[in-house]
Amino acid sequence: MTLSLTAQAQASPPRRWNLQPGIAWLIAAITLVPLLVVLASLADPQTDIWAHLADYVLPQLLINTAWLAGGVAIGTLLLGVSLAWLTAVYDFPGRRHFAWLLALPLAMPAYVLASVQIGLYDFTGPLQTLLREWFDNSRWFPPIRSRGGVILTMTLALYPYVYLLARNAFLTQGRRALEAAAVLGLSRRQGFWRVAMPMARPWLVGGVSLVLMETLADFGTVATFNYDTFTTAIYKAWFALFNLKAASQLASLLVMAVLALALFEQKARGNKRYHGAGRSGPAQPIRLQGLRAVAATAACLLILALAFFIPCGQLLKWAATVIKTDFDSRYISFIWHSVLLAGGAAMLVVTLGLLLAYAVRGRDGHSARLAARLATLGYAIPGSVLAVGVFIPTAALDNQLIAALQALGWQTPPQILKGTLVVMLLAYAARFLAVAFEPTQAAMQRITPNQEAAAASLGLGRREMLWRLHLPLLRGGLFTAALMVFVDVMKEMPITLMTRPFGWNTLSVRVFEMTSEGQWEQAALPALAIVVVGLIPVALLARQTENR
Amino acid sequence: MKSSLLLGALSLALVGSATAEEVTVYSARIESLVKPLFDAYTKETGVQVKFVTDNEGALMQRIKAEGANTPADILLTVDAGNLWQATQMGLLKPVQSAALSANIPAHLRDPDGNWFGLSVRARTVFFNTKRVKPTDLSTYEDLADPKWKGRLCLRSAKKVYNQSLVGTLISRLGEAKTEQVVKGWVANLAADPFSDDTKLLEAIDAGQCDVGIANTYYYGRLLDKNPKLKVSLFWPNQTTSGVHVNISGAGVTKHAKNEKGAIKLLEWMSSEKAQNLLADVNMEYPANPKVKPDPYVASWGSFKHDYINVKVAGEQQANAVKLMDRAGYK
Repeated sequence: MTLSLTAQAQASPPRRWNLQPGIAWLIAAITLVPLLVVLASLADPQTDIWAHLADYVLPQLLINTAWLAGGVAIGTLLLGVSLAWLTAVYDFPGRRHFAWLLALPLAMPAYVLASVQIGLYDFTGPLQTLLREWFDNSRWFPPIRSRGGVILTMTLALYPYVYLLARNAFLTQGRRALEAAAVLGLSRRQGFWRVAMPMARPWLVGGVSLVLMETLADFGTVATFNYDTFTTAIYKAWFALFNLKAASQLASLLVMAVLALALFEQKARGNKRYHGAGRSGPAQPIRLQGLRAVAATAACLLILALAFFIPCGQLLKWAATVIKTDFDSRYISFIWHSVLLAGGAAMLVVTLGLLLAYAVRGRDGHSARLAARLATLGYAIPGSVLAVGVFIPTAALDNQLIAALQALGWQTPPQILKGTLVVMLLAYAARFLAVAFEPTQAAMQRITPNQEAAAASLGLGRREMLWRLHLPLLRGGLFTAALMVFVDVMKEMPITLMTRPFGWNTLSVRVFEMTSEGQWEQAALPALAIVVVGLIPVALLARQTENR
Repeated sequence: MKSSLLLGALSLALVGSATAEEVTVYSARIESLVKPLFDAYTKETGVQVKFVTDNEGALMQRIKAEGANTPADILLTVDAGNLWQATQMGLLKPVQSAALSANIPAHLRDPDGNWFGLSVRARTVFFNTKRVKPTDLSTYEDLADPKWKGRLCLRSAKKVYNQSLVGTLISRLGEAKTEQVVKGWVANLAADPFSDDTKLLEAIDAGQCDVGIANTYYYGRLLDKNPKLKVSLFWPNQTTSGVHVNISGAGVTKHAKNEKGAIKLLEWMSSEKAQNLLADVNMEYPANPKVKPDPYVASWGSFKHDYINVKVAGEQQANAVKLMDRAGYK
């Protein structure tokens, strides 16, 4: 029976869908339009600004950026992978709860965490003040506003990307692979290094590339630390030297560097396959005993405390001072708008990410793969620059529409497309496609061609196959993607600010307003609300992984 | 048939939207600072004020991209440098208004009438009351003196407030002298520059440093929360140029749909009844000299401020930024 099925599948391969690269490029266009607006700046070099930056600014910035990117990549990998391995493979007190709790720091915006960290650990913070009371001097305490401090903070804020993806990899790689390794005489550690890690590569690369893109495009966090990176030069060119063109040129360089990295990884990965080994479920967790169990629990607690509970405590303390005056019915609309945008964007972006990942998997994957690479670059562009990249073509289109309507003798308002949710959602798609694509594409790698061939032999077309084979198998990956997009949109500021309709405020707009006036107590309230609303999808994710 | 119905409905919607008089403001001043003001205006005149807030750089790009179809009648922002830049980009339109000319002193508005200062923000010197005698202090330039080595705190050079301060120093002292001053500041730093004024004032309070430069309203807020603050303010340069001031201000956009309404709103904002509403909410100083500051703000003493036209901040901003880069001021 099995034999005949295979034979049949070989006789009539799945139908080709040449539409797929087309769909991929259509999706990529959402990102390509603003990207091209940014890249267009390269046509008009701003030599005097470049000369100045090259002489006095860039050398140090490049060193700083390399340290930050390297440090955060290594930090998030170490933290994300070890926590994922711990919670996926072992059993220890609290494991079931830690499994989802450890994703919580995702809901904490990195720039908020930065400010909290400085508030807690800088010279004027409670810790050093206490140390001074005890020892009369706290200057020996390592400064938080330093290279180490910013790397640590961003690692704590961003490790959940790697954690979520790595966990997904470890849970889906199947029991057989590790069992086979054990049978072949590999110890558990060898099994981890020689089987689990290589099999998790697409997930790890996906997670780390999200972390890297976010780190390279970040401005808020590094600005809070006054740690100058490449984005500092971008913002300096734009806001201080009033030269958006030079800023866009710098952003273009950033994007091209990220693209080169991505292509390099793709080449290095080559044609390796990462299918699940057999249809076995996840391995039975190994129960840790005694000290090891205590150590595992303590490690999870420590990370959670540093990345989430202590910062939340500080936010609560700040928020408590203003809750009476600031917390009112407006928050209903802030929260509603945030949830509406984040939910809508999560649905749209995950759908697009799925179609993109599916296209890449198709027969004519080469062109689709290039489209996917370009489509996901929006995450590497600093948010404000991308926001302008979105706004300029939208406004231009609006102007054309208005001119056309007026030529017909119509009265028009000054905005037709601008300030609509459609534009907002497309802008989020341009920014966050990578966040949906990486986990989806990684999860897609676990599906074997045999499964597809079998489905095809049962008469499923590509579209039904997506619906009946891929979607159920991708559930975990898609859920992770939706969660990350949802939370990312909740935290997003520049695009929301620039494209929202009149009178529309969200939680992140509120955070922006308060922090722009240095009012951290007031900002703590909406920041906490972001965290609380972000808990909802994290809890949903927890339930769905529990069900596995 | 279907499409013509749709178009008909659309055109109805379009016509229906323009009934009550409305002024649209793009504001880099945040909602909590402008909304009470606009609400008061609506109450008094019946004119609706629609506004959207964002960072000033983004708002300017927005007006530019929207071109003739911009909904914005007014651009309201902080820092004269930004208003100067908006003028350079051709986003604003010169306005002739006797009321504005009478209410706003000449050095706080654009000589060509493109923009008008509406509130004044003073950037002054603060010191730790336990460790510094006010008699040790004199000028911004003096903070470069080696006697302050390891005792000075500054906010990041990336903040436009410091760029404006250095810009006015350049126009007064010339680049070479100013660069010496800035290098002196950097050599005296007790800690890496801070990302906001509040942190800096807290550092002075905690004794991490002895002196620093900040805007007065940050001090006001902090003092309000903690009356035992060991920080006091000093008005520098009183025998020379005066305390560095900047503005929050506004201009009418080039393609304003309701130019008259926009000018009226600006005139009202500069008037005696609105000035306190505008300035006091953020502990700033009224731009209209006939209006007294909030008593709490007034209690910090009166001072001579720099009468150089605030547009210098814009003209010199790029030079100031480059100079600070050369001097290693981060």
